[in-house]
Amino acid sequence: MIDVLFFAELQEAVGKGKITIEADGITVKSLKTNFLSDYNLENIDHAMTAVNEEYAEEETIIKSGDTVAFIPPVSGG
Amino acid sequence: MDKQFWITDQIIDVNECISKVTRAEAGAINTFIGTVREFTKGKRTVYLEYQAYASMAEKKLAQIGEEIASKWENTETSIAHRIGRLEISDIAVVIAVSTPHRNDAFEASRYAIERIKEIVPIWKKEHWENGTLWIGDQKENISYEKSMPKKEDMQND
Repeated sequence: MIDVLFFAELQEAVGKGKITIEADGITVKSLKTNFLSDYNLENIDHAMTAVNEEYAEEETIIKSGDTVAFIPPVSGG
Repeated sequence: MDKQFWITDQIIDVNECISKVTRAEAGAINTFIGTVREFTKGKRTVYLEYQAYASMAEKKLAQIGEEIASKWENTETSIAHRIGRLEISDIAVVIAVSTPHRNDAFEASRYAIERIKEIVPIWKKEHWENGTLWIGDQKENISYEKSMPKKEDMQND
């Protein structure tokens, strides 16, 4: 089980802030292309990815139990 | 509040941030207060909505504190950022930095706010009279060129 979190416009596109998928040992890239393709997330490639609250690369391997977050351009302050 | 870096949906007490960096070695405490602006390039904001990935945001704020400590000697930093609905003139962010001498305190607090706009997962949604938009980064990009912060954005120096 991998928890996937969405924020800002991505959260609105998905319709919720969190989904859980059955997967283990997949890359960030594969998560996007194989698991999230059903959602209308055309901006997902313009977001950063965090795995367990640290920024991660496309090739980073996600394991069961991890939390993945898609982080659109931030605008705090 | 025992945290030095925190996300809150409550009004931020500026003095609380200041008290967290007050100490005998400090000769200067610089505070930066970010507030909600009504007009941006002639367009009127009715209110703002901030959202955060709170647990990660607090870590990234703490990371900024560590970066400041490595760049300027003998600094203490505290940062609070508010989320939820904010009205015009409400305080969105408070940064307090204490240092032995004033120049470092000014420079470090400037550094902190710029870094917040690069790496801390907090988003601002503009509510205008005639629509809404999640705002992109400070360069007004609505997307990242790459899926990672730039290398220089990730480094401490």
